[in-house]
Amino acid sequence: MSLTPLQQEIAISALKVLVIFGALMSLFSGMTYIERRVLAFMQFRLGPNRTGPFGILQPVADGIKLFFKEEVIPAGANKLLFVAAPALAVVTAFLAVAVVPYGGTIHIKGRPILLQISDLEVGVLYLFAISSLGVYGIVMAGWAANNKYTLIGGLRSSAQMFSYELALGLSFVTLIMVAGSFRIRDIVDSQAGWIWHWNAIRQLPAFAVFLVAATAEVNRTPFDLPEAETELVAGFHTEYSSMRFALLQMAEYINMITASAVGANLFLGGWHFGLPGVPSSPLWFIGKMLAFLFFFIWLRGTVPRFRYDQLMHFGWKVLVPVAMAWIFVAAALVLWRQA
Amino acid sequence: MSPTLIQHALLLSLALFAIGVVGVFLRRNVITVFMCIELMLNAGNLAFIAFSRAWGNLEGQVLVFFVLTVAAAEAAVGLAIIISIHRHKDTLDVDAFNLMKW
Amino acid sequence: MSIALFQAILFYVFGALALGAALVMVAQRNPTYSAFALIVTLVSLSAVFGLLGSPFIAALQIIVYAGAIMVLFLFVLMLLNVRTEVRAPGEGRVFKLVAIGFGALLVGEIGSVLVAARPALAGGFDASARQVARLLFETQYLYVFEATSILILASLVGAIALAKRDPSP
Repeated sequence: MSLTPLQQEIAISALKVLVIFGALMSLFSGMTYIERRVLAFMQFRLGPNRTGPFGILQPVADGIKLFFKEEVIPAGANKLLFVAAPALAVVTAFLAVAVVPYGGTIHIKGRPILLQISDLEVGVLYLFAISSLGVYGIVMAGWAANNKYTLIGGLRSSAQMFSYELALGLSFVTLIMVAGSFRIRDIVDSQAGWIWHWNAIRQLPAFAVFLVAATAEVNRTPFDLPEAETELVAGFHTEYSSMRFALLQMAEYINMITASAVGANLFLGGWHFGLPGVPSSPLWFIGKMLAFLFFFIWLRGTVPRFRYDQLMHFGWKVLVPVAMAWIFVAAALVLWRQA
Repeated sequence: MSPTLIQHALLLSLALFAIGVVGVFLRRNVITVFMCIELMLNAGNLAFIAFSRAWGNLEGQVLVFFVLTVAAAEAAVGLAIIISIHRHKDTLDVDAFNLMKW
Repeated sequence: MSIALFQAILFYVFGALALGAALVMVAQRNPTYSAFALIVTLVSLSAVFGLLGSPFIAALQIIVYAGAIMVLFLFVLMLLNVRTEVRAPGEGRVFKLVAIGFGALLVGEIGSVLVAARPALAGGFDASARQVARLLFETQYLYVFEATSILILASLVGAIALAKRDPSP
């Protein structure tokens, strides 16, 4: 090619961004349909099955409906922040995907290409940072609508998010200790080999803390009090309609997909299969990510919601001590194995 | 990365610090004054990082680490004080916090 | 078009963004807008830190400053229901000019030193988390680290004690 090496790098990165963006958008629209169907089957009813064969065109119908709905901005709402909040939520949701790897290294024309948009040296810290920024979209949305229910919903949701972020970060500490690096790729590669090398089995308490904390981070049941339909009207997104509501929903689903991808990478071995002979491939990663997504939907269909004080109690007084105790134990084990 | 870039980083740090100083003088809302103080702390952090890059000395990074932590602690206590004063005076105007004036 | 040029362009873009957001923060009458402007400044400064070869501190800046301290500020602003600052007309114009004058004097003094300086540029700069951690935990900074943890505990207890409502008898 007649492009300089720098231009080739930029072109490859742009291609990766387009591919991942397209995959995320299709997965998002697929998820809206799959969630309703799977949830319905769990509740012994059929989900949407009228639009198209087996209801497959339901996301399209939803999109068209939302597109044509009237955009209402409540009187007395802070227009600038009201419009900016969904945009901020979506931007932070998509930013987190930039460091998630989905495969090993492939070689095209002798040139190694990492299956990851950006292999940051501080990958796990970047994920933590972006999830910290994700709080702002919600708090802005709750405050800007000039409605006491949305304000309470927004404040509760952001308090919940940064409380469980602490437990989430602490659960990552042991993975970083064992792998010896902040790079997500290194943590995945430390789980190569047999299935009992996976961090879900080797570091079970960290995995348990991660499951709970990730569910709380993405505001899913049983931690979805801030946006529950039966409490607080609809929480922080009560006043949003049409496209802005769609953006907030998209932000939530993309957060869920990112949490599943990160869980699949950091705890379930990523693109490694679990048997030494089988070659690693992005297909195993996608399978594990879909398993996590199914787990989130399963939780929603099974478990009742936490009350807000129970939620905060659980985050601070149960998860954080458990995570910290596991850090001590894991550090002792690492030192013992080194000696 | 060139030495001019480091010089411009230091000039940026100076500009941010000066903006923070002017903000502390001019603003009447005590929380905004507090935010201008945080801006000054960040300008100092930028200067530390720039010098650490210039001299290859990692102690600048360690100092920024501590400034970050101490700023967090200070923000928590400062905001708690502001909340408790607001409970009594029901205003956030800096000119109203004059009980200790003689 | 080389990597160095690309880095320089990014540095100027984020530097201008940080400066502009700081000016918005100081000039804005509504404290909530000021808080969001400060968040923009903090995130742009984090990008500048990354460009200056410190990825660890850049990530920490967002996690601690933009992600925790500013959330605290926003909570206080929203819970105290702060209104837009009302400026008494015509008052304090002289004060404003004097303040801006002092700011300009500060910039002039330090700026004259900086412009004449020629900072070096160290080669082989490695500010990865591992190196910073080595400095933090293997030298005398370990004592400072432990003292900081006690400081945070003290400020935690202090903030809760100060902000608590007195339970009415």
